[in-house]
Amino acid sequence: MEIYELTAHELSEKMEKKEISSEEIVRSIYNRINQVEKKLHSFVTLTEKEALLQARNIDEKMRKGGFRGLLAGIPIAIKDNMCIRNARTTCSSHILENFISPYEATVVKRLRDEGAVFIGKTNMDEFAMGSSTENSYFGVTRNPWDMNYIPGGSSGGSATAVASDETILAIGSDTGGSIRQPAACCGVVGLKPTYGRVSRYGLVAFASSLDQIGPFGKDVEDAALLLNVLSGYDENDSTSVNLDVPDFTKSLIENVKGIKIGVPKEYFVKGLDGEVERAVKQAIELLKNLGAKIFEISLPHTEYGVAVYYLIAPSEASANLARYDGVRYGYRSPETEDLLEEYEKTRGEGFGAEVKRRIMLGTYALSSGYYDAYYLKAQKVRTLIKKDFDEAFEKVDAIVTPTAPTPAFKIGEKVDDPLQMYLSDIFTISANLAGIPGISQPCGFSKKGLPIGLQLLAKPFYEEVLLRIAYTYEKNTEWHKRKPKL
Amino acid sequence: MVKYETIIGLEVHIHLKTESKLFCGCSTEFGAAPNTHACPVCTGMPGILPVVNKKAVEYTIKSALALNCEVASRSIFARKNYFYPDLPKNYQISQYEEPLAQNGYLEIGTGSERKRVGITRINLEEDAGKLLHYIGSREIDGSLVDFNRCGVPLLEIVSSPDITSPEEAYTYLTTLKNIIRYLEVSDCDMEKGSLRCDANVSVRLAGKKKLGVKAEVKNMNSFRAIQKALEYEVKRQIKALESEERIIQETRLWDEKKERTYPMRSKEEAHDYRYFPEPDLVPLIVEKEWIENIRKTISELPDRRRERFIKEYKLSEYNAGVLTAEKALANYFEKVVKLYNNPKVVTNWVMVELLGRLNAVNKEVEESPVSPGQLAELLKLMEKGTISGKIAKTVFEEMFNSGKNPQVIVKEKKLVQITDEKEIGKIVEEVLKENPDAVEEYGKGKEKTIGHLVGQVMRKTQGKANPQLVNKILKEKLLKK
Repeated sequence: MEIYELTAHELSEKMEKKEISSEEIVRSIYNRINQVEKKLHSFVTLTEKEALLQARNIDEKMRKGGFRGLLAGIPIAIKDNMCIRNARTTCSSHILENFISPYEATVVKRLRDEGAVFIGKTNMDEFAMGSSTENSYFGVTRNPWDMNYIPGGSSGGSATAVASDETILAIGSDTGGSIRQPAACCGVVGLKPTYGRVSRYGLVAFASSLDQIGPFGKDVEDAALLLNVLSGYDENDSTSVNLDVPDFTKSLIENVKGIKIGVPKEYFVKGLDGEVERAVKQAIELLKNLGAKIFEISLPHTEYGVAVYYLIAPSEASANLARYDGVRYGYRSPETEDLLEEYEKTRGEGFGAEVKRRIMLGTYALSSGYYDAYYLKAQKVRTLIKKDFDEAFEKVDAIVTPTAPTPAFKIGEKVDDPLQMYLSDIFTISANLAGIPGISQPCGFSKKGLPIGLQLLAKPFYEEVLLRIAYTYEKNTEWHKRKPKL
Repeated sequence: MVKYETIIGLEVHIHLKTESKLFCGCSTEFGAAPNTHACPVCTGMPGILPVVNKKAVEYTIKSALALNCEVASRSIFARKNYFYPDLPKNYQISQYEEPLAQNGYLEIGTGSERKRVGITRINLEEDAGKLLHYIGSREIDGSLVDFNRCGVPLLEIVSSPDITSPEEAYTYLTTLKNIIRYLEVSDCDMEKGSLRCDANVSVRLAGKKKLGVKAEVKNMNSFRAIQKALEYEVKRQIKALESEERIIQETRLWDEKKERTYPMRSKEEAHDYRYFPEPDLVPLIVEKEWIENIRKTISELPDRRRERFIKEYKLSEYNAGVLTAEKALANYFEKVVKLYNNPKVVTNWVMVELLGRLNAVNKEVEESPVSPGQLAELLKLMEKGTISGKIAKTVFEEMFNSGKNPQVIVKEKKLVQITDEKEIGKIVEEVLKENPDAVEEYGKGKEKTIGHLVGQVMRKTQGKANPQLVNKILKEKLLKK
């Protein structure tokens, strides 16, 4: 077995026993990257030199003793919408192609403090807008299980990198499913924490009220380990919640006896792929056999989720992305005559088609005369969706659903049909609208050999329940052990 | 004759005097080198988030209470969207629905002119940066932006359309400025841009219910300019009405040199700000207890203090008004009175000598070289007769220039009053000898000539002779002649 195939908890153990150094791990990871990255294109930027330097530094600190970072020496890939000081942060956009961040995101700082080693910045849909990583200015990322398929998105680079062993851990951001859906497509574990659990400071905003950073791992334990590092109140983020963070690794208990799990009937309807439905139902059956109590529940406003999301997220995005005007940083169109032309050309040339589409959608929804009918109405329905979950969680501890309606689709299949593309997130969007945590883990494979994801949802700040159920399921299945042939 | 009514509403923006900016830790210092008070947050870098400055909220609440507003227990921030290079995020974090304070009023004017002007709302928002234009310049040929001011907390105070004349607008602004300065939450210095004002004005035929079409007037850099701009605008609108021209709703800019307003290009004002709640900030919750604690920090405001001065010190309404307009001046006055209990004399000295000299050198009371204690000492010297009133003015001038104590100056310059009757008598004799004509005239009944003789005595003593004694002795000696 190669070093790069191991998990973070396995590597930490080996490092603790001094069987391996961080430098060896990083070298192994870069060997792997050199083998497969050309085919996959998971990364926008690779920082081998810096990573080796960081690894040696940590090895040195550990040799001297005293340093016990939670992720000491473990390689991690960062989605390219989070700022690392003095490093490029592009959001996979032409407009930020050469933007070097002068400051560091809170999550990056936390990872650095715990000794994680930054491998590089991963590819994504431009400004996290998309479900396939096809909307990247730097080109598509490929699904390691089949190069003709998308890896999901928008955190497709992070999911691919973990699935193909190009990194041990990765972080992504999830606005409407952008961690969970690619995790499902690539057969890895991805968790979207409760809104407010992880600081957003330094995460380039797409939709501020929905964005949340979360971990990718090869198994549930790694996701829990990483969540420990990411979580916690940050005075730089007013929307982060000042609440004690539990040790999530303590939730890794193989026991779901008596845990009440709801199955929402609205999620098993037309449009759900047969293979996905079978795999998820089998998973539910297994959880039942392991002692969980399964209930059918209803989340009546589910059908409005996508519509509500595509009003609120673009509205917020239209303001969040207004700052990319070429005045202070980023791309500026050369040779313009006046201010207005500079704005128009810079943004016209700097943004991709999907980003422009959403800016226009959002601008429209917020315009005077339309605000009440679109933005305000969407906010009201958002409240109803949240209420659905509140009521459901009075009866059950967790909800189980498919992560996505289908396994990964072919590259190019939906690029000309935004509505079809938007429906890829139909099962993940509600969790963002309600601010609740969700996890996706592998629960089977399609006949074509593409992974299928199982989604678990819990009430705000109950990530522990998710981890416990997911861990139990994982301990009783082998899906997570499969590796793509590359 | 047709009578018109004028209706004015004012929007005042005031810089709060907090140490740091509204949403980041950068300094709010005025006049620093360009872009030295700027950070990722106030320059709108990707991924940054705002954090509300508690002090700015406190100052807003303090101002709201002083303006009799209802302070909201829950308020929200909103994004106001528009593109401009001095606005790094291309939206301003302001308030729209649910502002921090609403429904207050400001009492202005005195006596029969006294009235209440409603305060519709008070918002807390961030200021924008500043553009420096070098278009056409050989070195740069473009515009530069300074972000030092960007993110400085701004209080937006919106009045109801209760103001009925440009003069009243002036009074409103002065009264508002005095109150805000009393609260010590802002300098309200228009020259430094820490107070700015836009005015909405319309006219209508007297007695009509429907409001006239309003114009928004901007770009005035003093209270007088605001008054003048409004006067111009009222005349322009009346003229338009009389010639049956249509008045259009527009933004107009004041041209200080030409003393007229002109329309802003419509392209610049065609804004749909697309306000929506700021998702990066949670609602601002203000506990009752906090409000009450802030209320306790509000000391006596100018109105109350003026009334007290009239009563307690028996001052005229005018004098009390002048002395209480500025907190520092009122404090100065009261400190002097405490040490030298003759309010009438103190009023005179503070208003004439002190203010006169401060104005001449363009200094604030806080910068006065003469402390209240020193002034009181001077007045005591005068009362005791150590120096005459006239000499006191000379001493004060010296105090103002050197900062020295009055006793020291009196000693150094040998200004002690001559009260020795023998000594004065001698000088009087001299003067009488030198002015036989005057003596003769006096004898003929021209009593006024005594003034001339007194002047001569004073000149010989460099003003040090006690004037009463000089008078007395002169009369005595003249009678003997």
